[in-house]
Amino acid sequence: MSALAWVIGFVYLAAAVAFVVGLHLMRTPSSARRGNLISAAGMVVAIVATVVVAVLEGTGTWLGWGALGLGLIAGGVFGAVRARTVKMTDVPQLVSLFNAVGGGAAAAIAIADLLRRGGGTVTPTSSVPIVLDVLIGSITLSGSLIAAGKLQGTIPGRPLLFPGARFVNGLVVLVALAASVLVVLWPSTIAFVIVLLVAALAFGVLMVLPIGGADAPVVVSLLNAFTGLAVAMAGFVIGNQAMIIAGALVGAAGTILTLQMAAAMNRSVLSILIGGFGTGGSTG
Amino acid sequence: MTPTLFTDIAIFVLSLLVGFEVISKIPSTLHTPMMSGANAIHGVVVAGAIAIAAFADSPIGYLLTGIAGALAAANVVGGYVVTDRMLQMFRKPVSTTAPAPSDTEQGEGR
Repeated sequence: MSALAWVIGFVYLAAAVAFVVGLHLMRTPSSARRGNLISAAGMVVAIVATVVVAVLEGTGTWLGWGALGLGLIAGGVFGAVRARTVKMTDVPQLVSLFNAVGGGAAAAIAIADLLRRGGGTVTPTSSVPIVLDVLIGSITLSGSLIAAGKLQGTIPGRPLLFPGARFVNGLVVLVALAASVLVVLWPSTIAFVIVLLVAALAFGVLMVLPIGGADAPVVVSLLNAFTGLAVAMAGFVIGNQAMIIAGALVGAAGTILTLQMAAAMNRSVLSILIGGFGTGGSTG
Repeated sequence: MTPTLFTDIAIFVLSLLVGFEVISKIPSTLHTPMMSGANAIHGVVVAGAIAIAAFADSPIGYLLTGIAGALAAANVVGGYVVTDRMLQMFRKPVSTTAPAPSDTEQGEGR
């Protein structure tokens, strides 16, 4: 391990501790805000460390750094402005939107990494996390956008079902699974990646459309946990342990939160997810 | 299986267990802020966007870098700012001086 790798390793570890402590403090109202700030401080440290590594070890061009800079500024300004100006009643759909873009970013990272390697040198140890990342990230991208639309009212809040929805759903799942296997076996064939991407996006839409608007917050929380897992997979793809730790942390904490939110509404997560399927107006 | 991969998988599994344990019973008023706070933490995906920028060498690579950067920055900056705004409501007296604390966070994603 080089000196730089040691320093970065410990910085990432400190960031991970800040995320855990921050999340822990957010359980109680009196310390919740401090928890969020500690978590944010950990994030700043992790990002600065990543920039240092990328600059020192990267082979990037000015075009690459320019594209990154433009993207970060555009996204950062959009996020900050929307977060500061949103009406408090519209916060849930904004959180859902921020969750959607996180999943999209994770999927984009996996695809970029696959294209850069050109397929020839991709072994299953990297193609498996790439596939899982694209799959989960795309589902949470399109699913969270639909959930945000339902919360906002731009998409009807009632469970949306069309004849044969269950059949179409099953078909999409099969296509996504088949494409996943094909990408693992032949990572250099870009067509399979595109099929996987489209099928996963379609599944995200089909998964959330049948869910009632009142249940949407629980679904956003579930998709939030999904994004955590997608980010952890992206961490495996590019070998970043801060992303693996933070992603797994959010994946697990998000799952617990989802169960508690459903319990608070006297609902089970399973009945929410299958609520609209076939059973008509079941509120079970 | 390389030692690095094994280490990464071990870290992943242990982090999952920590995640299950770190939040126990949450009062329902904190459900949405908690969700938003966790949402901000997976904004660490911005580190991945930076990492792919360091090796981007083709037009499609630049495009994906820009997209990943924009999406990740919106996630991390927006996530923390909106969580902080929500949590300010739990402290009544200072809620009128809203801008001061969140100002320090705005630059983190850039």
